[in-house]
Amino acid sequence: MDRVSTGRVDCGRKSVAPVVFFAAGAALAVGGCTGDSSIVSPKGPAARSVAGIWWPMLIVATAVFVFVAGMLLLAAARGRRKTEDEAKVTPRWGEPFIVIAGVGVSGAILVGFFLFSLARVQALTDAGRRTALRITVTGHDWWWEVRYPNGAVTANEIHIPAGQKVKVALESADVIHSFWVPRLGPKVDMIPGMHNDLWLEAEEPGIYRGQCAEFCGLQHANMIIRVVADPPADFDRWMAAQAEPAAPSDAAGRQIFETQTCAGCHRVRGTAAEGAVGPDLTHFGGRATLGAGVLPLSPANLRRWITDPQGVKPGVTMPPTTLSAADLDHLVTYLEGLR
Amino acid sequence: MATIEAGLASPEHLEEEWHEEPGLGSFLTTVDHKRIGKRYLYTGLLFLVIGGVESLVMRIQLAHSNLHVLDPETYNQLFTMHGVTMMFLFATPVLSGFGNYLVPLMIGARDMAFPRLNAFGYWVFLGAGVFFYSSFVIHRLPDAGWFNYTPLSDSVYSAGPNVDFYALGLIFMGISTTAGSINFIVTILKMRAPGMSLDRMPIFVWGELAMALTVIFALPALTLANFLLELERRAGFHFFAPAGGGQPLLWQHLFWIFGHPEVYLVVLPALGIASAIIPTMCRRPMIGYTYIVLAEMAIALIGFGVWVHHMFATGLPSIGLGFISLTSFLVVIPSGVQIFAWLATLWAGKPVLTTPMLFILGFIILFVIGGLSGPMLAAIPLDQQVTDTYFVVAHFHYVLVGGAMFPIFAGIYFWAPKMTGRLLHEGWGKASFWLMFVGFNALFFPMHILGLRGQPRRMYTYQPGHGWDSLNLLETVGAFVLALGILVTFVNWVWSTKRGKEAGHDPWGGETLEWATTSPPAEYNFENIPTIRSREPMWDQPELGPHGQPVEAGGRGLGGGHNTLCTSLLEAEPEVVVPMPHESPWPLLLTIALFFVFLGLVIRSPFFWGVAAGAGVISTAGWFWPRGQTQET
Repeated sequence: MDRVSTGRVDCGRKSVAPVVFFAAGAALAVGGCTGDSSIVSPKGPAARSVAGIWWPMLIVATAVFVFVAGMLLLAAARGRRKTEDEAKVTPRWGEPFIVIAGVGVSGAILVGFFLFSLARVQALTDAGRRTALRITVTGHDWWWEVRYPNGAVTANEIHIPAGQKVKVALESADVIHSFWVPRLGPKVDMIPGMHNDLWLEAEEPGIYRGQCAEFCGLQHANMIIRVVADPPADFDRWMAAQAEPAAPSDAAGRQIFETQTCAGCHRVRGTAAEGAVGPDLTHFGGRATLGAGVLPLSPANLRRWITDPQGVKPGVTMPPTTLSAADLDHLVTYLEGLR
Repeated sequence: MATIEAGLASPEHLEEEWHEEPGLGSFLTTVDHKRIGKRYLYTGLLFLVIGGVESLVMRIQLAHSNLHVLDPETYNQLFTMHGVTMMFLFATPVLSGFGNYLVPLMIGARDMAFPRLNAFGYWVFLGAGVFFYSSFVIHRLPDAGWFNYTPLSDSVYSAGPNVDFYALGLIFMGISTTAGSINFIVTILKMRAPGMSLDRMPIFVWGELAMALTVIFALPALTLANFLLELERRAGFHFFAPAGGGQPLLWQHLFWIFGHPEVYLVVLPALGIASAIIPTMCRRPMIGYTYIVLAEMAIALIGFGVWVHHMFATGLPSIGLGFISLTSFLVVIPSGVQIFAWLATLWAGKPVLTTPMLFILGFIILFVIGGLSGPMLAAIPLDQQVTDTYFVVAHFHYVLVGGAMFPIFAGIYFWAPKMTGRLLHEGWGKASFWLMFVGFNALFFPMHILGLRGQPRRMYTYQPGHGWDSLNLLETVGAFVLALGILVTFVNWVWSTKRGKEAGHDPWGGETLEWATTSPPAEYNFENIPTIRSREPMWDQPELGPHGQPVEAGGRGLGGGHNTLCTSLLEAEPEVVVPMPHESPWPLLLTIALFFVFLGLVIRSPFFWGVAAGAGVISTAGWFWPRGQTQET
């Protein structure tokens, strides 16, 4: 059987065919249900509330399965010893059993879980009237734009104060996307023409991975978001810094950025680059990834991304840029310097 | 015209009336429900192979993180066509195929109510399948998912013809499914043998009836959605695009108002297969017949009230979600009733572990697992976490592959002897079952865990380091084991139809009327339309044999003409003898015309589709042209 425990979490469910489940079990034992995107390793109150629905339902489901599968196998085994005549007898418990087990017991369990889960819906949607920090996240093909009330604009990385509820307004600039950070809470779709929102809270400082959850075209797979929960004081400093214009950086690189195609799409506040199509790069050098999480940010990766974005992320809107080696060096230095 | 009571029919006379000369002519014009039923099965299984190969290629791409076997565009086309193929071109047609072959035999009729409409239904299904895959030639397979959400599928974000093939193909296919369903409903309600009142009707036939009724009410929503989408894509309408005042969620509502009943209409006849095999293999009547029938109908009905659980994460008001959450929980009850009725029958009876029975036991196990993850997705907050992850992929494959494909394979082993006259090899059948069962679980069980670990669906690749790699590899291995198991059954079929053991007319000791015919049945099915006095006629009416029922025992020969008997809806009292139509080329010709109408719409040539539509009008006129006294529809 495939019951697997990693000490802390248990995600196995019973079934027959022991061979395959020993194999599956062995594979599970290695990783368990933990991981940086696991809904059963909650790090926020919303995700914790949902995990609190999952475990009781898993336990009841396992019990029901063991009962039904056990009866089934036992019935198959008993059959051999019977005569054809015995098989013709209709037992008196037959139809009452169907009604009691199929309607009575099943119905009670199902309605019970319905009420149990319904009670937690309200907690997710209305987390208190206190208007705290409100940020706007807009889904684009295939990246995330993040706007803060003080004018700070960033992309693909959301900083939030740990231990505080943040209201996130969810918008879409093109097709339907879905905002989902599994360890913090349920997903909510970003639908063009509609205004959805959700409460985001991380219980402790850390980095929480999220990803677009609604199929949105070619690069749905590489539309990744990082939620960085900072201690509140650090967060306030970060947000204030993000609202500032760009820091001085490599001057030659800046000129290349402003005169080449880059500025047509990207904005670097405080410079002549005022494009509004792609991500705002004002404080790009401070981010951990590029291309919405497709690569970690490093000079080598940045070079690859600028010269061959289609090779890194096929279908991405960004065109390749051809530059001399020296110009490319300056451009990379400039972007890295935008902290 | 023969009267109802006119007795004797000589086999020679019937043979002369019903015989279709073998050859290309009758191949293209046949209206025999058995030939059409087998065609549905063969064609549907061919699409199973195509959809299966698509999934194997996807599993290779996903076997490890950051693989480059497929580019994202190809991956999107494959997962879209995998869904379209398995739902519309494999599951539904194969279950229609079983129904087509078996319903007239089980209810004691000589054919379906509308044999030419039946032929038309098959040809349109084939035409729609060819239509979908004709886009493969130009590498433009539909690529916006089988759910095809707007605005991704509108002309701004999907400018190519890919989505046109999807939308028009589904409208085309809908003609086939609708025609087939009307035929099933009329056949089942009006063509049952005398004495087969509704409460004596085999549960399998109830399953086909539930499926047909569901189609009639669900399909218009899909056809409408695709019609609106095509208007938006080519004529500048704005039903869905927010820029013009449209609403993207309108598509989702229309799609899932169809889509969730569609899932049930695949499962309903499959549950019927289980209810056909279990009593035979347990050597006793089903316990709780009435409960099972009510449960089938309840699933069909409640299935229309659960569609919003596909939209729990769209931000709809929570009061509405609450209602749908409740119905989604409650729809589990009728499935549970059926499972407990089978359990009771197995417990009381003497289960014989033949290959069909093994597939049914495997089906129950898998269907229970799928049924237990269902309520988890009905719980709104939990659904909002795991929807659009592999957890959902696991859930619906347990319900659809476990709940429909395993019964389909049970049905193949159970009824192949009737269709071919020979039993499939039991040993290879059992080997096939175990490969499929083990492979299936290795493929789909880990998906539950991957969903919990946050792996979203519909991604052409993923990055390492999230604990997803090893389980994905296991799934890929499982996919190939499952495919091998399916292959074993195909080889078994080919080998056994040549060299298998002779089956005789009733190899399993079945209780329903299809076993009261020769294997394979004569073209006219029954010399005499039998009179039914029991829910298990083969067990309670010893006069029934390979040649049906003798006249002395109540059989009606109907004068031996090209006709069958029409009876009353509830009690199946004889009403009138109806003449049945002969072969006709018009269903095929009309289908060809329709095919070119839809192709003309894709290439946007009014001349092309105008000419084809004209050919369609001529074909329809030819079909319905009055010929003497016989109304042959």
